[in-house]
Amino acid sequence: MTLAEEIRERSGQDINSCYQCHKCSGGCPVTFVCDLPLSGLVRALQLGLRDVALASRLVWLCSGCRACFERCPNGIDGARVLDALKAMAKEADRVEDPQVAAFHDAFLGMVRRFGRAYELGMMAEYKLRTGTLTQDVPLGMKMMARRKLRLLPSLAPRRGDLGRLFREGVRYRKRQAGGDLA
Amino acid sequence: MSTAPAGAAVCADTARATGGGGVTLRLAYYPGCSLHSTGWEFDASTRAVCAALGIELREVPGWTCCGSSSAHTRPGPLARALGLRNLVLAEGTGQEVLVPCAACYNVLKGADAAWRAGEEEAQEAARLVEEGLGRPYRGEVAVRHVLEVLGQPGVLEALRARLKSPWRVPVVPYYGCLLSRPSSQLGCDRPEQPVLMDRVLEAIGAEVRPWSYKTDCCGASLTISHAPVVEVLVNELIKQARRAGAVALVTACPMCHANLDSRQSVTPPMPVLYVTEAVGIALGLPEARRWLGAHLVDARGLLGPPGEMVP
Repeated sequence: MTLAEEIRERSGQDINSCYQCHKCSGGCPVTFVCDLPLSGLVRALQLGLRDVALASRLVWLCSGCRACFERCPNGIDGARVLDALKAMAKEADRVEDPQVAAFHDAFLGMVRRFGRAYELGMMAEYKLRTGTLTQDVPLGMKMMARRKLRLLPSLAPRRGDLGRLFREGVRYRKRQAGGDLA
Repeated sequence: MSTAPAGAAVCADTARATGGGGVTLRLAYYPGCSLHSTGWEFDASTRAVCAALGIELREVPGWTCCGSSSAHTRPGPLARALGLRNLVLAEGTGQEVLVPCAACYNVLKGADAAWRAGEEEAQEAARLVEEGLGRPYRGEVAVRHVLEVLGQPGVLEALRARLKSPWRVPVVPYYGCLLSRPSSQLGCDRPEQPVLMDRVLEAIGAEVRPWSYKTDCCGASLTISHAPVVEVLVNELIKQARRAGAVALVTACPMCHANLDSRQSVTPPMPVLYVTEAVGIALGLPEARRWLGAHLVDARGLLGPPGEMVP
């Protein structure tokens, strides 16, 4: 399976239809902090350069604004391609930006437990994982003073069915890779 | 039966008319997590403004997080399932569900659109949700953002009729990403130049300034992991708003609000208001002072009568 085919299987996006018009990179808000713009990353994928793609900062710095998808003349959803690369990086144990990965893990961990986001718990877990204990503490205090951060989580009632939704992803991916999903 | 009329979307040019002239709307209400915490003033002002306009809200019982900016990073049906689960619950509450948070709106509309389009992951998600909740998603609930509700001709009319004092403030409307993109899923016909918030602000007397940054990104959840990147994006937005002649930015997204309010480092700072707060001020609702007191950048200078307002 070529790299482009793997991306297609995981994200549903046909990156081989990209003809390098660069509109995505022009509208991308984070190109200025990335080594490769989205159009360059897609080119790397077309060429099968797995290492280049997985090492790209854009994989983790994408803000999910979807300007690339909105403007792509070939309908490629860049954010979904980057989500696929996040998953591939995790599976290969090659997460280049542990801070972003820690944020998503901490956020979803709270949702899985409480049914709703719990900012204070999420921040605590994020800080422990990334060692950024002092960062944004004054901001957090100001937000607490304004009742913008709850001390205790807001619990969703009857959330027992949520765990299964979270567990299903791994099985789904296995079936997908095994070719059970046409 | 589908209650979703074509063309109703935040960035659609034509809003739907309400029947009969007066506003008699009964909506299910999905606040989402942010409106219970970092954006509680968006929740309070939405409820107060709706009450003042005769719009009745019923909170969706047992709602859970929509998955927001994180669930889509997981492979498989999780992201769609978190959206569809809440749509099933909303279906049991009303024919239309009001969703003030732009992120939740994006996720719920996106899940519905993917399910309608027959997307593989969405079908799998619908199956899982049905097994968990014991009832299927029927696709019978229309997802409405607060701008779509306020921007309906009938509601705009009621708004104008109940204005206490025109809110004559030069502002720029800031839509951000999630209300308009992807337009194919949200049903937008002008994703690069939405105007619905402009119409609402004009109706309350605000001086809406033209600018080119309506749908530029604030950096979203990078505010936790890469705050300096968000700072650059936010400062540019504030700079451009000021250049357009605005004294405040108006937003309809709790993530945009949090980022603009907490990550700007320009002098003097620029206040950022939720559109529902602005409407509440113009309607003369006394709670507005409390909402604005929750902001990090002091916005209370925009509360008083126009003559006494701090520019």
